Amino acid sequence: MSASRRLLIRGGRVIDPASGRDAVADLLVIDGVVAAVGQDAVAGCGECEVIEAAGLWVLPGLIDLHTHLREPGFEYKETVLTGARAAAAGGYTAVACMPNTDPPNDSAAVTRAILRKADDAALVRVYPIGCITAGQQGQRMAEFGDLVAAGCRAVSDDGRPVMHAGVMRRALEYSRYFDIPVISHCEDLNLAGDGVAHEGAISTRLGLKPIPAAAEEAMVAREVVLARQTGARVHIAHVSTRGSVSLLAAAKSEGLAVTAEATPHHLSLTDEAIVGFDTATKVNPPLRSATDREALCRALAEGIIDVVATDHAPHGLADKDLEFDVAANGMVGLETALPLVLRLVAQGACSLHRAVDALTWKPARILGVPGGRLAPGDPADITLVDPDETWTVDPENFFSKGRNSPFRGWRLTGRVRATIVGGRTIFRDGAIVGEDRR
Amino acid sequence: MSAWARKNLLGIEELEPGEILEILDTARTMKEISTREIKKVPVLRGKTVVNLFFEASTRTRVSFEIAEKRLSADSVNVSTSGSSVSKGETLLDTARNLEAMRPDIIVVRHGCPGTPHLLARRLACSVVNAGDGAHEHPTQALLDAFTIRERLGRVEGLTVGIFGDIAHSRVARSNIYALGKLGARVLVGGPPTMIPPGIEALGAQIVPRLDEMLPALDVLIVLRIQLERQGGVLFPSAREYASLFGVGRERLRLARPELLVMHPGPINRGLEIAPEVADGVSSLILDQVTNGVAVRMAVLYLLSGAHRGGTAADAVRGAA
Repeated sequence: MSASRRLLIRGGRVIDPASGRDAVADLLVIDGVVAAVGQDAVAGCGECEVIEAAGLWVLPGLIDLHTHLREPGFEYKETVLTGARAAAAGGYTAVACMPNTDPPNDSAAVTRAILRKADDAALVRVYPIGCITAGQQGQRMAEFGDLVAAGCRAVSDDGRPVMHAGVMRRALEYSRYFDIPVISHCEDLNLAGDGVAHEGAISTRLGLKPIPAAAEEAMVAREVVLARQTGARVHIAHVSTRGSVSLLAAAKSEGLAVTAEATPHHLSLTDEAIVGFDTATKVNPPLRSATDREALCRALAEGIIDVVATDHAPHGLADKDLEFDVAANGMVGLETALPLVLRLVAQGACSLHRAVDALTWKPARILGVPGGRLAPGDPADITLVDPDETWTVDPENFFSKGRNSPFRGWRLTGRVRATIVGGRTIFRDGAIVGEDRR
Repeated sequence: MSAWARKNLLGIEELEPGEILEILDTARTMKEISTREIKKVPVLRGKTVVNLFFEASTRTRVSFEIAEKRLSADSVNVSTSGSSVSKGETLLDTARNLEAMRPDIIVVRHGCPGTPHLLARRLACSVVNAGDGAHEHPTQALLDAFTIRERLGRVEGLTVGIFGDIAHSRVARSNIYALGKLGARVLVGGPPTMIPPGIEALGAQIVPRLDEMLPALDVLIVLRIQLERQGGVLFPSAREYASLFGVGRERLRLARPELLVMHPGPINRGLEIAPEVADGVSSLILDQVTNGVAVRMAVLYLLSGAHRGGTAADAVRGAA
C-alpha cells in the first residue's frame, strides 16, 4: 500500500451547514479528500500531520462567486497570482473570476490562459466566468460551448449589462443547453445615466450625479420575466436595493431558477460613507440607503439572497486618486469579507449557519462545483478561523495589489488562521505557505 | 481681533452662523475700497493666489481676480477644460505642480463635486471653492446673503424662494445652507424633474409652483436654465419653460410689491427671467455682482491670516 497523505484537524468547531453539522469534532483528510469527521476521525489517522484547532472554527473553504482577477490586461491592478493570494488570506479556497479583462474572456484561449496562470499559482481553485456576448459588446453571443469546454462555469457581461432584451433572451435560452448560470449585472444604463452615487438625500446633499434604485430594479424585473420565459438559470449579481429584494422574493416563491448575491460592502455600508468624497467608497452599484441595507440583511437571513460574493475589484492608485466623478468603481473585498459577514452575525442580522451557507455551499451549488461542504468524499477545502481575534484593517498589509478598501481602519473580529485546498495548507498564520512575506 | 480660524473655504454646510456673519461683516469693510479712487490696499501684498478654473467662467473668475488685485495679491489665472483623464495629467499632478511654485491660496472651480475637498486634503496652501459641480458655491451664497442683508438690513425672519433647476444647482445648495443658518425660511420650487430627492434635509421646504410661492416671499432667487444640456430632457422646450416656469412681470403681480429678485447669472433673458424683471427696480442682479468682489475680498483676507494682526478696518484704513 502506497503511503497516503494524511492530515488531522483536531478539536475545532466544525460548522458545516450543508451536512447539518455544528460540533466540536476532528476532521481527517486523506489524499486531499475528507475521509472522516467526528470521534472516529482520529482512529483512521495513524501517522499524520496534525493541526490543533481547539478554539477555532473549521469551515468549508469559502467560495467567491464574484472576483475580478484583472488578468489578462490589467496586471497593475491584480494578477491571478496576487488575487489568489488575497483569496487564500481571506479564507477562500475557490474564486470565480469575471470576464471583464483585456481581452475579455469571450474565448477558450483567454479561459485557458487564466487557468494556466491559476495552475502556476497553485493556490486556490479558479473558475473562470465567460462573457455572454462577444467582447462584452451586448450584441453577438459568445461561444458558450467553447467557453464551457475550456473550463468556464458561468457566463456574464459583468459591468457591461446586456441592454438588449432580445439578446439576453436568446442567451438565456442557449445557456440551458450547458446548464450554466447566466450572471446578470442589473443596471439599466439609460436610467443610470452618468450617475456616480445612489439617488437620495446624500447624492442631493453632495451634488453627485444620482443613480436611481430603479436602474437596478428595472433590469432585475426584466431578468425575472426572462427567467420565466426561458426556464434558464439566472443569477443576479450584487443586489443592492430593497425593490430588487421584493422582485427576487416573488420570483423565488414562484419557483423560478433565479438566485442572487449581495456583497459585504452593500450589507455593511450605506451611502453615508461617501460623505467626504473618499473614492474608496465609489462602487457600482453604489452604496445605497439604510433602508436598502436593512432589506439586504433580512434577505440574506431569509435566503432570498442566496450568496455573499465579494465583487473584489482591485484598482491601482492611478484609478482611484482622482476626482470622485472620474475615479474607477469598485473595492477590494477578499481579505475582509468573512469578518464583515461575521460582524453581521454578531449584530444579529443573520444566523451563523446561514452566513456560512451563503459563503460556501450556496455558491458551490450555483457554479456546480465540488466543495462548500465537509462530508466524507468532499474535497478537503477547509478554512480555519479564529472567531475571537480582533484586528484592524490596514490595506497596506493586503495580499491583493488593490488598496481600495472603504474599511481602512475598521476593527473587525474573526480572522482566518489557515486555508487548506485539497488537503494542502496554502495559507497559515498570516503568510502564504512556502512564500516569504515581503 | 477676529475669530476666523479656517484654512479653507470649501462650502457653507460646515460653517457656523457666526463664521458667515464674520465674512459678511468683513465684506462690508472691503466694499468701501472699491468706491475709492485708488481701489487698492496692501493687505495681501506678497501673497500669490492661483485661480484654477476647470470650467468656463467669466463672472466668478473676474470677480475673484479683481478682489485679489484690490488686495494687492499677485494673481495667476489657470483655465483648463476637460477632465483630468482627457488631459493626460491628473488633477492632483496639476495641483502639486502649482503648489510647488508656493502659492498661498488656490481658488478652484471644477465640474466634479468634492474636487476642492480633495485638493484641500492634499495641499498645504489654502483652498477656496469657486464652485464644484452641483455641490457648493460658497462665495455666491455669501454674496447673496450680503446683498439681501445690505438691502433689507437682515436675513433673519425673511422668506426666500429659490426657483428653477434645484437639482443641478450648487448655488441652490449653498444658499439653502447660508440663508437657513442666518435665520431665513427657504422655499424651493421648479419642475418636478429639477427637484432632487431629500432636498428638504438641507433645510428647505418644497413649494413646487411659483404662483404658490410668490405671495410669501421677501426675496426670489431665480436659477439659470441650461437649455443646451437639458432642453428636451428635463423640460420640453424653452417656450414651455418660459411660459410655465419663467419669472415674468405678469406673474409677479402675485408677489408683494417690495419683492426683491436675484439671479446668480448669467441670465437667459426671456427664458427663466423676463428682461423687464431682470432690469426692473426690484432686481438686485447687478448689486450681486458688485458685492461679489467685496465678499471675495473678505474671504481671501480671512483665509490669508492677515486678520490676525488686527481688524479689517485697521487693515484697509488709509492704506491707499
